[in-house]
Amino acid sequence: MDYRTVLTTCSYCGCGCGLYLEVLDGQIIGTIPCKTNPINQGKLCVKGWSIHEFIQHPSRLRQPLIRKNGTLTEVGWDEALDYTVSKLKEIKEAHGSDSIAFLASAKVTNEENYLIMKFARAAVGTNNVDHCARL
Amino acid sequence: MSDKIKAKVKELLEEGKVKGFLGLRNMNGHIGPYLFVDGSDLEDLVLGDRQRPGDTRYPLNKQLIHLARCYPEESFGVLVRGCDERGLKTLFTWNQLDPEKVVAVGIACPQELAEACECLKPYPDEFVEGEKIEGYSFDSVAKVDSMELAGRLEHWLAEFAKCIKCYGCRDICPMCFCKECSLESEDLIHTGDIPPENPIFHLTRAVHMAGRCIDCGLCSEACPADIPLRTLYKKVADIIDQQFHYRPGYASADEKPPLNILSEAPEH
Repeated sequence: MDYRTVLTTCSYCGCGCGLYLEVLDGQIIGTIPCKTNPINQGKLCVKGWSIHEFIQHPSRLRQPLIRKNGTLTEVGWDEALDYTVSKLKEIKEAHGSDSIAFLASAKVTNEENYLIMKFARAAVGTNNVDHCARL
Repeated sequence: MSDKIKAKVKELLEEGKVKGFLGLRNMNGHIGPYLFVDGSDLEDLVLGDRQRPGDTRYPLNKQLIHLARCYPEESFGVLVRGCDERGLKTLFTWNQLDPEKVVAVGIACPQELAEACECLKPYPDEFVEGEKIEGYSFDSVAKVDSMELAGRLEHWLAEFAKCIKCYGCRDICPMCFCKECSLESEDLIHTGDIPPENPIFHLTRAVHMAGRCIDCGLCSEACPADIPLRTLYKKVADIIDQQFHYRPGYASADEKPPLNILSEAPEH
């Protein structure tokens, strides 16, 4: 028997609520808001409360998908990145940098958001950067 | 003040009386729930008093149910205050935990906490830490009861209107163990609506808590909108006590809650 309460941060939005994930024998079975976290002080929203449900959900995407002959097919990261790069280059050459936009996320770290901004501006050459909270 | 608790837990673990002890641990600068399985980390065991007495209480009984469901043959220890013990007794009554498989290690609450909780019995039957003090009556209920009926309704409607429907009151509740929840039943409420139907959503839960709520107050503490849920459920508990002479957690585990028994209507 291995029962742990793992302190972590909610990944649903940018607030950064603290919570404990109940983990029993490797299975995440529950969420408990952290009372000593200064952000949420033992409270959560409906999404935070159910965060344990998505982490190990069988429907969760675990590999990149490329649509082949009309069907989404699991592929490796190298193939997915090569495909994305070639398509982005194609679009940029045909329609210019501003025909491409980047959507960053509240669910990732500041550093990752910085990187996507840098990639958009320095590598692709566009200011079209937005984030998921406006979706 | 946790030396006596630590010694007791150490003894239980060393003698193999429990597979693990559910308590609170100071870890990573936070106080959170933790299962102690050997004596090695008992140094960090705390009682949940960070800035004020009892300000970091967690639904340990709810976690105990999760453990017991997966390991029904094992015995577990659990840290209990007066409210938690009422919870255990009620969970035994509802067949959610086996009294043979639970070892409660009790602490009595200090006056400051008992007063803030308006706790009728701020100590478990047996405790190894703390001192027994007198309980407090439900002043918050008396305050609402003193309002005119129309004003009372207005008061509750205004409080319920703040709800963001996070279901936190249900999710934190150690007595909410149903597999199918009334709050997700289309027959009772419009489940897709935000904000929730007022007052049906909250009254549905209040009625569901009748004969079940053990007045631990974790719901009020988990509410992002500061709805005084505890006061509402205290009132419900008072009504059940007046009508049926039953208060969850005070009766013996053999006594069934009145709303589970089909018999003649009580006399008025």
